[in-house]
Order: sequence, then structure tokens, then C-alpha cells
Amino acid sequence: MASQIDEQQVQHVASLAKLKFTDEELSEFTPQLESIIDLFETLEKVDTTGVEPMTSATDRVNVMREDVAVNSHQRDALLKNAPDAEDGYIKVPAIIDESGDAE
Amino acid sequence: MNFYETDLTQLHDDLVNKKISATELTKATYDNIKAKDDQIEAFLTLNEENALAEAAALDEKGIAADQLVAGIPLGVKDNIVTKDIRTTAASKILDNFKPIYDATVIEKLKAQNFINAGKLNLDEFAMGGSTENSAYQVTHNAWDLTRVPGGSSGGSAASVAAGEVLAALGTDTGGSIRLPASYNGVVGMKPTYGRVSRWGIIAFGSSLDQVGWLTTSVKDNALLTSLISGHDDHDLTSSTRDVPDFGAQLNDDTNVNGLRIAVPKEYLVEGVDEKVKEVIKAALKHYESLGAIVDEVSLPHTQYGVAAYYIISSSEASSNLQRFDGIRYGVRATDVQDLEDVYVKSRSEGFGDEVKRRIMLGTFSLSAGFYDAYFNKASQIRALIRQDFENVFKDHDVVMGPAGPTVAYKIGSNIADPKTMYMNDVLTVPVNMAGLPGMSIPAGLADGMPVGLQIIGKPFDEETMYKAAYTFEQSTDFHKAQPNIGGQN
Repeated sequence: MASQIDEQQVQHVASLAKLKFTDEELSEFTPQLESIIDLFETLEKVDTTGVEPMTSATDRVNVMREDVAVNSHQRDALLKNAPDAEDGYIKVPAIIDESGDAE
Repeated sequence: MNFYETDLTQLHDDLVNKKISATELTKATYDNIKAKDDQIEAFLTLNEENALAEAAALDEKGIAADQLVAGIPLGVKDNIVTKDIRTTAASKILDNFKPIYDATVIEKLKAQNFINAGKLNLDEFAMGGSTENSAYQVTHNAWDLTRVPGGSSGGSAASVAAGEVLAALGTDTGGSIRLPASYNGVVGMKPTYGRVSRWGIIAFGSSLDQVGWLTTSVKDNALLTSLISGHDDHDLTSSTRDVPDFGAQLNDDTNVNGLRIAVPKEYLVEGVDEKVKEVIKAALKHYESLGAIVDEVSLPHTQYGVAAYYIISSSEASSNLQRFDGIRYGVRATDVQDLEDVYVKSRSEGFGDEVKRRIMLGTFSLSAGFYDAYFNKASQIRALIRQDFENVFKDHDVVMGPAGPTVAYKIGSNIADPKTMYMNDVLTVPVNMAGLPGMSIPAGLADGMPVGLQIIGKPFDEETMYKAAYTFEQSTDFHKAQPNIGGQN
């Protein structure tokens, strides 16, 4: 069966996944993904009419806990792992375009 | 110190009775590691300084008789977070990551004063079956350094097989404890989904992941599994069921009289190496001679397990790995223009090829227009796979077969072909899909390499599996076989 994925589709999925591929990577990944998706498509052969999908194997249902706020006072420890931090905040590059054309 | 010639209970007794000190044992462990790990390359991070300090403090106050692992150095797979000890999941994106908390399994072991020997190599984010997908190093099979140790808990299995540590923690999402256990001739148990808390395990496939042990003996494995099991408020899928003392059940009276063993015909098909089949068939004959009843059964949806597993596990992975974005922790790409750049560059530079493939497959399977044909269909197949097992367990106690279709293969021989790699998981993924406990025990050698017998149990019936495994082990010599690494044992 012909697979449903081509280089353009791979680019699209990559953008959804916040990944970027070079042209060279793209030509390597596309046939690999294609062959795996062909494997996925073998599932079409199985009649699953009326079968309830299984999404978890846990033996627990609707676990609730008390709605209590906890302050673990770990800000400084947490910020030590941040690539860039200042005055108790995590620092990132500009989010809003400085030209003023923000979406 | 040769860990093959002792066990957990013996070491504990020796520590309590001061025949050996925790410091001596810890030093001996690092001597083992230093003698062998240049060749095995199992460890990513050694915890030597802390370990020796902790051992000295324990020697000062004495080893408590009710703390089985007190003063005993054990290895930890590097996708299990350890407070203040670098935890990478074998990924460049976590190269500098020092967690600020311990996984629940580590907390439980620390409450017993265990010694963390260090962090063990794996396929990046546990995605792979050979440990070749590590961003740091290739780990070598203890039995043949030119072969893979299996994966993804390859560092854990090779380290235990090489006698570097007595036991090591691994994780298993689709066979990642059982396959390396099989390839390295050690005992590996993936408990029932929900038996062990997943809090602090760097998530791969959250509905599939479980933590378990790799050991040289069944009894050590059973004793250690009881220590890490039980409900945890931090993991709402963890079960509230009582945890049996699995090790206490294993003694001279343990037997398999009347044990009903199901052997799925799908587990001994063409794709399984003939020599592996021979070892497994001989093991089953041995069970019969011990009083067990062996029946051939069918698990008809086995052939669809790999496809359904790779859809579900990749989908869950694509979601779980969204948190690695270069913002709060981990490595952030430099030379970025804006926030979008931070995400895309950090991820594209930080993840290896296999992780990217899985994220792509998962994102694709969940994307608009494809969800029903892939993710939903796979979840329905998953229900059918569980039903297959339920049918067999109506009149059988355990399922047995090989853990992997072959013995360990040569390093580099399969890495270029992801699909072939995935097919190696055909005999292990159905267990994770159904949430069942599964283990691999040494069953003999094929061409000089270990073959693992897989034992699959009913949900939360690890007890029956351990008894079956123990009876086999005590009546055979396969577990005594040790690899010969560079002429030294």
C-alpha cells in the first residue's frame, strides 16, 4: 500500500513538533517514516468494529485528592536548572516582535 | 568481590554482622567498575565520592537488620531522576540536568540507606533496543564486546552481567528490561503496570512505562521488587493493592507441580531464530519434567503488536517530550533570534535521530485527519491484545516463550534500519500493551550467547512468576554461567 507521507508532509509534521530538518535529513527521514507508516497500515486488516479502545492499563478509576495548595519553596533550586534566569525569573528572547507587528 | 558468588541476603548478613563494612563493599564495587567499565562502557555518571561518604556514615552508625539494601551499592538507569546527581536520559538535551528531587523508587531505596553507585547508559529517552541510540557512548555486551547489550536498559543489564554491581534499576516500555536481560544472561522483571510508581521516571510512554530490576538471581530480583512496589500519591496510576514479600515465597519447598504453562504458537514462528527456539523448547521440557503442564495456545493479535505499539508509544512520547523546549531546564540552543527559535533549535540540536523519528511518528499519528486511522485503531488493537491474554489466563497460570527472536547481534548491524530494529520487540511489546508483568530469565546459550526465557503473568501475579522462575533456576545451572571479559571474571 502506498504510504500517506511525502517530504512536504514530513515538513508539516516537523513544524507541528517544533523540529527542523535540513534537506539532507529530510531525504533520509522521509523513506524511513514511510516504511514505518506502511507497517502501521497493516492494522487496517483487523476488524475492530465495536471494539472499545484501550488507553490505559491502570486498575484505578477517577482518583481524587484533597484540593490543597502546597508551596514547596523550591524557586531557587528550580532556577538553577534554567538556562537563563534573572531576578527570580526565567529569561527568554523577545516574544513580541519589536517592529510592533505582533500577532 | 565477585557478585556472582554472593547475593543480596548474604551481603546484607555480612554487613549486619560486620564481616564486611559498607566502605569495603563500596570500594570493591568501584574496583569492579574500574576494572571492567573501560570495556563495557555501562556507566554515564559515577557517584563515587558521595557513595563513599554515605558508606562511611553508615559504618559509623551500623547497618540496620531490617534494611535489606543498606550499604549496598546498586546501579540506576539514567532516565530515573536522582536529586543533585546528573540525569541525562542519555540525551544531549539534558546534558547539564541535575534534578532537584528523587524518583519515588529512589526515595524508597534511600529510606533503606542503599548506595547509588551511579547512572547507567540507555537508548536516548529509552527509545531503542540496543543502547546504540545513546548520545554519549555505545555499551558493550558483557558476553561478547562486539555485540549490543540490548536496550533500552543496556547499561543496567551489561553492568550486572559484567559483575560491576549486584543489581541495577531499569525501565521497560516495550521490552527494555526483558530484552537486555535476555541478551546478557541476567534476570529482568517488568512488574505489572501500576505495581511500581512512575514518579520521577523521565516519561516515554506513560500508559506503558514501568520500573524494574536486573539481577543475577531470581531471589534478589524478588526481594528488590518488593522494596520499590506500592501505591504512591504522586502517581495516580499506581495500584493500592498490597505488595507481597516476593522473596519470602522462594525456598526449598517452591515447586511448579501442576503449574499450567501456556506457550503461544505465535512466539515460536519463522522469525524466531532456530537455535533460540531449541533453547526455549528444552526449557519447556524441563518444566514438564518438574511437574508443570505445558499447552500450546494462540494469541492471534501478536503479529499486530509492533505496529500498534509504535503508534501508541510514539504518540505518548511526542506529547511527553514537548516539555523539552530549552526554557526551564536542559540545554538551550545559542544563536537564536526569537522564542520560536529557542524551541525549534534546542529540540533539533538536542534530540538524536531515533527520538526525532518517534516524535514525528507520534505527531503524525495524532494529527488531524489521521487520529482515527492510527491512534484510535491502535488503541482498539491494544484492547484485542489484552483480550487474547485474558482468554489464555482463564485456564493457564503463566505464558512462556522467548524474550527476543535472536541472541544479541553485532554492534552497528541493525542501526541503519529502524523497522528491523522495531521488529525485535515483537515478543515483548504485547506485555506492555496489556499492562501485564513480564520477566526474562537465563535459559541457556545459543552460539555462546545467552537466551532468555520470557515468563508472562496475570496482572499483579508476580508471585507465581517468581516461583516458576526460581524453580527453574534452582534446578539448572544456566544462571551460574558468567561472561569472561578480557580474560577476567
